[in-house]
Amino acid sequence: MFSLEHQNYLKKIRREKWFVLICQVAIIVIFLIVWQLLADFKLINTFIFSSPKDVLDTIINLHNTNNFYQHIWITVYETIVSFTMGTLLGCVIATILWWNKILYRICDPYLTILNSLPKVALGPIIIIWSGAGMKSIILMALFISVIITIINVYQGFMEVDATKIKLMQSLGATKRQIYLKLMVPSSIGNFISALKINVSMSLIGVIMGEFLVSKEGIGYLIMYGSQVFNLDLVITGIFILCIVATIMYYLVCYVEKKLIKYD
Amino acid sequence: MEPILKIDHLKKIYHNRQGETLAVEDFSYEMEEGEFVSIVGPSGCGKSTILSILCGLEVKSDGKINIRDNVKLGYMLQQDGLFPWRTILDNCLLGLELQHQLTEENKEYVLHLLETYGLKDFINSYPSSLSGGMRQRVALIRTLATKPDILLLDEPFSALDYQTRLAVSDDVFRIIKGEKKSAIMVTHDLSEAISMSDKVIVLSKRPATIKNIYPIIMTNQSTPIENRKCKEFASYYDKIWKDLDFHV
Ligand SMILES: Nc1ncnc2c1ncn2[C@@H]1O[C@H](COP(=O)(O)OP(=O)(O)O)[C@@H](O)[C@H]1O
Ligand SMILES: [Mg+2]
Repeated sequence: MFSLEHQNYLKKIRREKWFVLICQVAIIVIFLIVWQLLADFKLINTFIFSSPKDVLDTIINLHNTNNFYQHIWITVYETIVSFTMGTLLGCVIATILWWNKILYRICDPYLTILNSLPKVALGPIIIIWSGAGMKSIILMALFISVIITIINVYQGFMEVDATKIKLMQSLGATKRQIYLKLMVPSSIGNFISALKINVSMSLIGVIMGEFLVSKEGIGYLIMYGSQVFNLDLVITGIFILCIVATIMYYLVCYVEKKLIKYD
Repeated sequence: MEPILKIDHLKKIYHNRQGETLAVEDFSYEMEEGEFVSIVGPSGCGKSTILSILCGLEVKSDGKINIRDNVKLGYMLQQDGLFPWRTILDNCLLGLELQHQLTEENKEYVLHLLETYGLKDFINSYPSSLSGGMRQRVALIRTLATKPDILLLDEPFSALDYQTRLAVSDDVFRIIKGEKKSAIMVTHDLSEAISMSDKVIVLSKRPATIKNIYPIIMTNQSTPIENRKCKEFASYYDKIWKDLDFHV
């Protein structure tokens, strides 16, 4: 049994936790209520600003037409494909660059340029080259996520403690062993943060691609909505995007918990 | 008996863009089996360089190193370098794993070492739950796991606070003597060198050359902590201190 002080301390922590949670919920609830009230009393123009009820109606409508889930699934699918490919390819390239220091020095300026280049600018070219379709969208998202993955994962390799490398060498480790038994496990942290960044990077790429290609997906719904001035549809699209992004982010957090067992 | 290790006119020059650094020059030493030798010298004089060359992490520029047949070297650094994602046991098995010698027999040996030196209860813990002194003992056992004949210790206790340092140096001494190993230890702590060693090599400022070699003979030779109380201790300390010619 704990002392009275400690019990009070635990109570305080619990109380704070609840307070934070209640505030978080309150913010969204109040936001929705105020928004709805403003709309009901015609203080804002629902034609431009929409309203929670209209968004709900739109969702129900979309739910009744059968291609709603098709649109969501397309976006999710494109994101997952580009995310996975971007991560794998990025890790492979980062490994090659770590393995071959000279190659890294050669590629370094190009990586920097590619990283600072806003990849949206390449959108039109990619569409011309590989057609206005899913292929272009995935390519664009892949391109965005792969560069940032290379940089983050390589950075992780660079942060590995030099004395640990020395230790491995003194125990007679080969380069392959150093890679597998030291570099990979010790840069797991950077790898995870690369994953987290990648989820949003891929999603940005996909939505951008869908804006440009404008055939299907959540990005298309938003684009289409804005073109026909259906703001209900635009806001619904953004709302669904929020949910999709959050779910994907928490999936990565789940993976993180599974991967890091020590400490 | 043929010396276990013979270093002959060792020389090391480091090259980098700023220029070259002559780190070690004309270092010669013959080591007997079972000997515990300390190397002391001003910081930056080239002590670590000598150990790095011996265990193959650096390439020598000139000179000869003869190691008796079938003699293996083990290296232990100031930082324990334990991998936080491996348990204590797995950390100790690292060397065996890398050298593809992870047999049941070798594993038994490592378990025996962990048990003998008071780490039995921690074999499945992660390093983050161990104190600095314990981690250093784990690092030593990791080095011993591959059964080296000569241990190269580079300031093995520098990262520890004073009291832990005394206790751990006693432990390490006991372990090394108990396992009948030879050892070369680099340190900047004169008392540590005198209390633990059979011989103390004093190096000059960079480039490291041998200034003096002192065989340490105490009347009541026992553990490092006890040795510090011997009457000869102070006179050795004095002599070596003068050799180092230390000016602030
Ligand atoms: N990799 C290296 N490249 C260039 N110079 C080095 C390198 N390692 C050590 N040195 C230089 O060699 C000298 C001896 O270093 P070191 O052996 O680490 O000294 P100590 O261990 O005695 O403090 C120092 O002047 C150091 O700056
Ligand atoms: Mg040193």
